[in-house]
Amino acid sequence: MLVRKIRNGTVIDHVPAGRALLVLRLLGITGKEGYTVAVVMNVESRKLGRKDIVKIENRYLDPGEADKIALIAPTATINIIRDYKVVEKRQVEAPETLTGILECINPTCITRKPREPVIPRFRRVPGERLRYQCVYCGTIIEEEEILRQLTGTQ
Amino acid sequence: MEGNWRGRDVISILDFTREELEELFKHAESMKKSLEEGRVEKKLKGRIIALAFFEPSTRTRLSFETAAKRLGADTIGFSSGFSTSVEKGETIADTIRMLDSYADAIVIRSKYEGSALLAAEIAGKPVINGGDGKQHHPTQAMIDLYTVRELKGRIDGLVYAIVGDLRYGRAATSFILALTRYQPESVIFVSPPQLKPRPEVLMLLEEAGIRYSYARLEDAVEAADVLYVTRIQKERFPDPAEYEKVKGSYRVTRSLLEEKAKRELKVLHPLPRVDEITHDVDDTEWQAYFTQAANGVPVRMALLSLILG
Repeated sequence: MLVRKIRNGTVIDHVPAGRALLVLRLLGITGKEGYTVAVVMNVESRKLGRKDIVKIENRYLDPGEADKIALIAPTATINIIRDYKVVEKRQVEAPETLTGILECINPTCITRKPREPVIPRFRRVPGERLRYQCVYCGTIIEEEEILRQLTGTQ
Repeated sequence: MEGNWRGRDVISILDFTREELEELFKHAESMKKSLEEGRVEKKLKGRIIALAFFEPSTRTRLSFETAAKRLGADTIGFSSGFSTSVEKGETIADTIRMLDSYADAIVIRSKYEGSALLAAEIAGKPVINGGDGKQHHPTQAMIDLYTVRELKGRIDGLVYAIVGDLRYGRAATSFILALTRYQPESVIFVSPPQLKPRPEVLMLLEEAGIRYSYARLEDAVEAADVLYVTRIQKERFPDPAEYEKVKGSYRVTRSLLEEKAKRELKVLHPLPRVDEITHDVDDTEWQAYFTQAANGVPVRMALLSLILG
């Protein structure tokens, strides 16, 4: 399958197969913003078996967006393209702490109390699985819930 | 060593090392002795301790108040959210900010998990968690360990059976977490399936290498050196009929103890109890819950004097 190179912008490679549309949703890209977007889904990958790729012309990611991508596509690599060349390539990394990105699922956590001036904070639970623990109430949030919160899907 | 205590927040029992807990217990021992001898030094004269109880409390509030007064400090505060401007819509954060400017330390209880941590982030003065929702009750855990240590001579190497609501009960949860600072022989849980300890609590037990299992009450009583009993609240059951069916399975009676328990077994309960320990246990050698309740004062005196001394 041939998808032309982009001149300037971002290529998000090694997205787990089936998650490319979630990556776009997370970035708030609907197709109406004027960016040229290419989505390649379920192609062969030496590293992953199958993978998705997202190319977005003239759009760069801020560090907060890269952190969020790490949460839904932990294997992704982000390539910054300028004048058809990869000028920067980095592996996303799930952050050790998350501030204000996720909401605690425990209804009696202080972060859920209406009007209380407190920003939800999470710490990564050590281990293979992507799990975060609320700093305030200790509740552990699993990967499915993270996906649900960040992309509005189950 | 005491330098580690001064001005310190007390949010979770996990904030403390075994060495620090042992140091606290030594102070509590000498506080208890001086209480018995009627010669308590007024170490906190002129200090003010705020008791911010957004949720009702009897023992915790009164024993903190007694502890403060025995040491010569004054207390201010409220004992339920209803009597404060929180009821009018003020946030916990604003109330804490105000108390921080009035008092030298703040004891907080609230139904929201994490409220004590939030208070500690806001206040410059030390904050002591008097219970936050279902999460932590660190000073209760200190009292519980102190009582075991006092009555059994050690905390390590014992079999602990913990009975009741282990999922939503903060005293039981904090006690389980406190055991990770020691080396119990094993921990046996006795609870209905829906009230088993939360995954994050079990994770910490596993990390600490502590063996745990689940058992029926009779078998747990037979094996235990310490039986820690807590209340099972009816409202935790989606179907009240289900509660009526199982409640007898978690009731500790004198006849059960006579049939199964070791002579040296000690029965603890953070109180209040409803009917999970029958009154005929009260005048047996197994009963340790009144000693435990009484220990609330010297342990909290020790804690206050270390933090504010």
